[in-house]
Amino acid sequence: MSEILVLIDHAEGAVKKPTYELLTLARRLGEPSAVFIGPADKASEATEKVKKYGAEKVYVVDDSEIKGYLVAPKAEVLQQLVEKASPDAVLIPSSFEGKEIAGRLAIKIESGLITDAVDVEEGPVTTQSVFAGNYTVKAKVTKGTPVITVKPNSATPEEAEGAAAVEEFAASISDAAKGAKVVASQPRKSTGRPELTDAAIVVSGGRGTGGEFGAIEEFADALGAAVGASRAAVDSGWIPHSFQIGQTGKTVSPQLYIANGISGAIQHRAGMQTSKTIVAVNKDEEAPIFELVDFGVVGDLHKVLPAATEQINERKG
Amino acid sequence: MNIVVCVKYVPDATGDRHFEDDKTVDRVGVDGLLSELDEYAVEQALQIKEKADDPESVEVTALTVGPEQAVDAVRKALQMGADKGVHVLDDAIAGSDAIATSLVLAKAVEKVGSTDLVVCGMSSTDGSMSVVPAMLAERLELPQVTLASVIETQGDQVRIKRDSDSATDVIGATMPLVLSVTDQSGEARYPSFKGIMAAKKKPLDTLSLSDLGVEADQVGLSVAWTEVQETTERPPRTQGEIVTDEDGSGAKALTDFLASKKFI
Repeated sequence: MSEILVLIDHAEGAVKKPTYELLTLARRLGEPSAVFIGPADKASEATEKVKKYGAEKVYVVDDSEIKGYLVAPKAEVLQQLVEKASPDAVLIPSSFEGKEIAGRLAIKIESGLITDAVDVEEGPVTTQSVFAGNYTVKAKVTKGTPVITVKPNSATPEEAEGAAAVEEFAASISDAAKGAKVVASQPRKSTGRPELTDAAIVVSGGRGTGGEFGAIEEFADALGAAVGASRAAVDSGWIPHSFQIGQTGKTVSPQLYIANGISGAIQHRAGMQTSKTIVAVNKDEEAPIFELVDFGVVGDLHKVLPAATEQINERKG
Repeated sequence: MNIVVCVKYVPDATGDRHFEDDKTVDRVGVDGLLSELDEYAVEQALQIKEKADDPESVEVTALTVGPEQAVDAVRKALQMGADKGVHVLDDAIAGSDAIATSLVLAKAVEKVGSTDLVVCGMSSTDGSMSVVPAMLAERLELPQVTLASVIETQGDQVRIKRDSDSATDVIGATMPLVLSVTDQSGEARYPSFKGIMAAKKKPLDTLSLSDLGVEADQVGLSVAWTEVQETTERPPRTQGEIVTDEDGSGAKALTDFLASKKFI
């Protein structure tokens, strides 16, 4: 069987959940080879993790020379690995960075690119959700080595022990790939809540919060959910842009999405319409969000959410 | 300094968007407009010009690739304040994927000549792949600084601020380069009456593939490196139960619903 390259999504060596989803999908296509581009001293930790999800090989690329140079060097690493391993496909997490790496890689290896797949089957045939979730498209790459970026929550990670044979890979990085550099970085404080894009439950607030996110956060915590926001709330300066759900923010596809004080403009729908179960709380019974919901409450979120939070906490005991 | 800003004509997202029989996006039979996210790119290009030591020496060219109506996207950019427009129009382009589109854009940028800065929006509002800026950078062999929420230029130095999941980063690079900007970069201006009148006199070139040295068999649906096998309209979501909150009944109904679905 041929190799399927899977780029590991990690933060300083801590492997993120979408990686396991990609490995699970990769097993349908061939033998997963995980690619770790990161600090050399974290490689063994990452290898242990991906081994559990079926990685047969792990290519370890020390990033000390290329750290901070964004996506161009990573695309060069993958290009060289594709030349070396002749894989049947390359799977990359569908973050903004992942898509940029994929775009550069596709041009370099003269291969077709599919972004934002929500499923990958044998072929590889991909499934994508387009036009704000109004259409489903099935597609395949017809030239070269398929480069496919896959959205978070596209598969349930399935454990399967792999050989995880480590192969150190020394990529040669051109000077041209080092044209843009991170010159300063201000880490954001962690909220302790699940990450928005891979949370099972998302509770979000919009203009109807009036800038008061306390009720949203407490309700989210009762459910173990991530907190999100509409563009209106972000534009009002109530919450940072990294919480924004929609066309120009994050796309989420959780088991449960609860929209509070959000009217449901098309741009917002684009970011949440593929959620499994949708619930809304809004004062305005005419709000378009109610067209999408499995369950809706017409009412003031500042009354409904605190009472519901209390009841949930009681039921949990 | 020469700035090229790439603009896309897209089907109106609030209208009825659909596919044609050949599974390409219908771009002709629907109302279209300059992609909202590209307005931010035009705005930032204009601001870079206005803030330059000698704004007169900075030329902003709005570039589009697309069918006849796509010229509307360039016109809008000219009305906002771009100096000239380029519309790459060729029947052979229809159905091109991002790979081919980036080729045509790259050749057009080269045709404009000695470009210091290529500015793009963060994504289109139709295909939403967000890959064209990276592909363009790859083809032009330029660095890319993407998803900028704040942009500062000084001479040939560019600094941007960008928000990632875990941090706010400052990224630096030297021109020439490809820049993409987010909708956080600042509200795009509306064309003024004066701007609309002035736009009519601005140069607007229409170029064909042969003008760019691109062969017809390098672009279009038949040579796309990806193939759409089927498109299915998603059944509209059926509206579930809607209750009206009266004296706390809403919270109870909500909690019951969540419990019935085993979320609690």
